[in-house]
Amino acid sequence: MEVLTILIPVSLFLGALGLAFFFWTMKNRQYEDPEGDARRILRSDWDDHPKP
Amino acid sequence: MSVAADPETHVSISACPACVAAPSAERIAQMAAPREARLMLSIPGAHCAACISTVEQGLERLPGIRSARVNLTLRRVLVEAEPEVTAASLIPHLDRLGYEAHELDPGVLSVTETDRQGRELLMRIGVAGFSMMNIMLLSVAVWSGATDATRDLFHWISGMIALPTVAFAGQPFFKSAWRGLKAGRLGMDFPISLALVLASGISIYETWHSGRHAYFDSAVMLTFFLLVGRYLDHRTRAVARSAAQELAALEVPRAIRLLDGAEETVMVADLRPGDLVLVRPGGRVPVDGVVTEGTSELDRSLLTGEVLPVFAGPDRVVSAGEVNLTGPLVVRVTAAGRDSSLSRMAELVAVAESARNRYTSIADRAARAYSPLVHLLSFSAFGYWMWATGGDVRYAINISAATLIITCPCALGLAVPAVVTAASGRLFRKGLLIKSGSALERLAEVDTVVFDKTGTLTMGAPEPTNLGDHPRAVLDLAAALAGASGHPLAQSLAQACRAAGVVPAPLTDLAEVPGYGVEGRLHGRRVRLGRAEWVGAAPLEVTATYLGMADGTTRAFTFADALRPGAAEVVAAVKAQGLAVKLISGDAPGAVADLAARLGIADWTAGALPEGKAAEVARLTAAGRRVLMVGDGLNDTAALAAAHASVSPASALDAARVASDIVLLGRDIAPVADALRIARQSTRRIRENFGISAAYNLVAVPIALVGLATPLWAALAMSLSSITVALNALRLK
Repeated sequence: MEVLTILIPVSLFLGALGLAFFFWTMKNRQYEDPEGDARRILRSDWDDHPKP
Repeated sequence: MSVAADPETHVSISACPACVAAPSAERIAQMAAPREARLMLSIPGAHCAACISTVEQGLERLPGIRSARVNLTLRRVLVEAEPEVTAASLIPHLDRLGYEAHELDPGVLSVTETDRQGRELLMRIGVAGFSMMNIMLLSVAVWSGATDATRDLFHWISGMIALPTVAFAGQPFFKSAWRGLKAGRLGMDFPISLALVLASGISIYETWHSGRHAYFDSAVMLTFFLLVGRYLDHRTRAVARSAAQELAALEVPRAIRLLDGAEETVMVADLRPGDLVLVRPGGRVPVDGVVTEGTSELDRSLLTGEVLPVFAGPDRVVSAGEVNLTGPLVVRVTAAGRDSSLSRMAELVAVAESARNRYTSIADRAARAYSPLVHLLSFSAFGYWMWATGGDVRYAINISAATLIITCPCALGLAVPAVVTAASGRLFRKGLLIKSGSALERLAEVDTVVFDKTGTLTMGAPEPTNLGDHPRAVLDLAAALAGASGHPLAQSLAQACRAAGVVPAPLTDLAEVPGYGVEGRLHGRRVRLGRAEWVGAAPLEVTATYLGMADGTTRAFTFADALRPGAAEVVAAVKAQGLAVKLISGDAPGAVADLAARLGIADWTAGALPEGKAAEVARLTAAGRRVLMVGDGLNDTAALAAAHASVSPASALDAARVASDIVLLGRDIAPVADALRIARQSTRRIRENFGISAAYNLVAVPIALVGLATPLWAALAMSLSSITVALNALRLK
């Protein structure tokens, strides 16, 4: 059971990492236009170079 | 829109002493001189990736546009541009790209754009979700047989995650429960808060005493699912609120006041009786008044439903809401603000609306029955087990907490929001904007549909009907004259001639005579197009414009109002759904009978006054009918507000849009029939969802009451019922 001393902190750390990432997406307003973003990824307009 | 004035404009404003005293005037001047324009347009037709590209690239190609970004979820485009670019100038461009567009006021919309409450809820959902996953990981270990020190360790770690989570994420429920308690009522949030507190408390106690069961996972899961429901509910409300604001933003209430011959732009609210107001051609009369200068024609269709424009000259009384067509008019204000007919109409609407707000939704009724029942169950469980075990408080509290957790309205909290979200999303994709939370339920109960004619079933725009009866030379002449006028009949005629490939005759000295028509010279001889008496023709019964030719003979061009796209389909579909259809219009009997015959509506009324429309709706309501009113004009406003549910097109007057529950964003009216169908379907789904949660409680509650419920049971039942309910909502087509 000693493995728990590693596994529990690891799982907690990963959870916290996910949460931090979620906060980051919130701050970047990634949930403003879910429908549009889902379709934007399929466009080929800026495939060769990024939008200036 | 940026309101920050640059220093130069500010100096020039201060140089005008009258403006310093009038803060609103200063604000308007500042708004007119921003450093960059942030424009927001509604584009109801956008729906795909190609739409995004077309709109964004089409706009960015125009001079002065810095960037354009489409928000497909909200069907809006945000444009950043040089200050001289106006939203009105972009609308024709978008029209050419194939997208109908309306201007929105970003100042009003900014409130919904930065939706703080929604983001906070989302944040809490995130926290609850991540904690739930971590705790579940530990709980699964406990359920699969961890014992003694390992189990206690897992419980302690779970508690360390769960307590801060519940304290943070559960705040919306605690706050609302506390507010309810202070106001002396037990809402749905009180049993929720009680369950959260009790579950956390009992779990700490059990953990402390190395007990077998801890409900940390249940507490966090409960928070998570309920927050999801709360968030969906909030989204629906926010969208409804933003819809109302969006529509308020469509029309900016300003007027041009003449002060000693100088023009200044003021808020309509600042006008006083006696002020002189200039109304340009194409502009809407902002107040009630009397014409002092100028002649023109007025389109009164929004007020009365009449298609035919009426003549306006000095001493004619005009009312707010009429549209000036051909020449500039100076109007002396007789009633402004609260006294104007527009404002009286708004009061009428407010009275009718408050009656509608008393409508109790299914969810409210369910919540009202639910709270007392849950408390009763939980307390009787506590009492019974105290008696049965001879005073074992720990055991009795455990059972009553388990009962509270199990009955907690996870599925109940999701049952309505999930369906409403799915339904309003589906309707939005069809071009319908829901403004009111209970609109879907009321729409589902409708059994009679009342349509207005002008602007609702028809476009309110005339189309020439007898072009083929005229020889080519006459058409050439008519096209040349019509092309020089701003009058809607003339413009429609010119457009039809262009479409037919008519080459306009070479005319000289073309001049528009406001209020009468347009005249010019063909080889030195005078020709006229306009009103019958001016041209010298005998007026016809139907809408027509008259051509007076060089040889003194006259020709009449007759017009009929064009049907709105989807009008025939919507009437047929509504009849097929078994609902009664009625047409009420303020227009002349001939035109109304004609339209009714074309659409197959047997029951129609013509020449109805605004009060008459509302009275008819009230009469139907009194006869036990649930009326859906579909209308666009000011004359429909009272009827829209009085009806059980109401729909108006986006082209409607703002008072009408404010009074209605649902706004049709596109030109096509056919989605109204879909709305009725989807509304009935979603109400059915809501009832089904309540049934599902009730069935689940029926099984789970007895198990909890006899003391057999374990945390595993609670977690399984809770997630299963929530997922079933959400999936059921998604079945909506």
